[in-house]
Amino acid sequence: MSDSTVAVQGETHNPALLHHFATEEQQRNASSFGMWIFLGTEVMFFGGLFCAYLIYRGWYFGDFAAASKSINAALGGTNTAVLICSSLTVVLAIWAAQTSRRALMLAMLVLTMLFGLAFLGIKGIEYRDKFVEHHVPGPSFSFEHEEIPSHPGEYANPRHAEIFFALYFIMTGLHALHMVVGLGIFSWLLWAAWKGRFTPEYHTPLEIGGLYWHFVDIVWIYLFPLLYLIDRHR
Amino acid sequence: MAEHTASEHPKSPLTTYFSVWIALLFGTGLTYYAAKLDLGVFNAAVALIIATTKALLVALFFMHLKGAHEKLLKLVVISTIFFLFILLVLSMVDYGTRTWS
Repeated sequence: MSDSTVAVQGETHNPALLHHFATEEQQRNASSFGMWIFLGTEVMFFGGLFCAYLIYRGWYFGDFAAASKSINAALGGTNTAVLICSSLTVVLAIWAAQTSRRALMLAMLVLTMLFGLAFLGIKGIEYRDKFVEHHVPGPSFSFEHEEIPSHPGEYANPRHAEIFFALYFIMTGLHALHMVVGLGIFSWLLWAAWKGRFTPEYHTPLEIGGLYWHFVDIVWIYLFPLLYLIDRHR
Repeated sequence: MAEHTASEHPKSPLTTYFSVWIALLFGTGLTYYAAKLDLGVFNAAVALIIATTKALLVALFFMHLKGAHEKLLKLVVISTIFFLFILLVLSMVDYGTRTWS
């Protein structure tokens, strides 16, 4: 580019461009590459849990179906919709940054965080129900005389159902932990956006934070049918 | 959208974003109602196909994998899917073909 000489003279140097990068595009690509590697490790991290889930589900399908039926699928479905809406507000926030719409960017970041908090609130209601019903694995766990959905007269083995609930709490709990981390990241993004750090030329943190948020959304897209909707058809 | 006037300006991505959003909400509803139907062994397959479609929509359009051309990025995404495939498929083949006493 012809204006690279100008940049060397320091007249149009973007303050957001760190000195060890040649161009803004290179800096942006390096950030997004690093984030995608991190997301790759996250996929493998959740992948191990999904693998455990699949193996036990294959072994104890009826017990898993009975246990899954005790979870409130309407709340899980609502939470899926909430997360999808939050993913939309994330891309809208980035679009607003790209087109210099400061108020819209701030509003979308706040909305994203509100959706995130709503998700955790609904998750809290779900967890409370499980505590009340003694479905939390541990000394007070109880899952007696719960019929297996497709086999009337047969009852689920409480020990096997306990494995389902252990996986349910570990997987949704780790997902919720990712949501909490995401809310932390977005609080910082909101603060930085408020300070006017993001411009149409430089808004990489928004894009990187957005990648993380969308990844957490994708994990939930799989968790919802796998945990909430086993053998629901009766 | 294909008018020649639009090609002179960069196309606004808003149409894409809102279409994907609607498709994702529709997919969520579809998952919920498909689970209520008795499809036998295909219930799980249908649920996973819908979930994968939704995940692809998010990855391609919200995470901008569509249109990404950096080779390193493709390497990371493809190897991630490859290793996840090894983890899940080889484990399931192992456990699925054993005869437990």
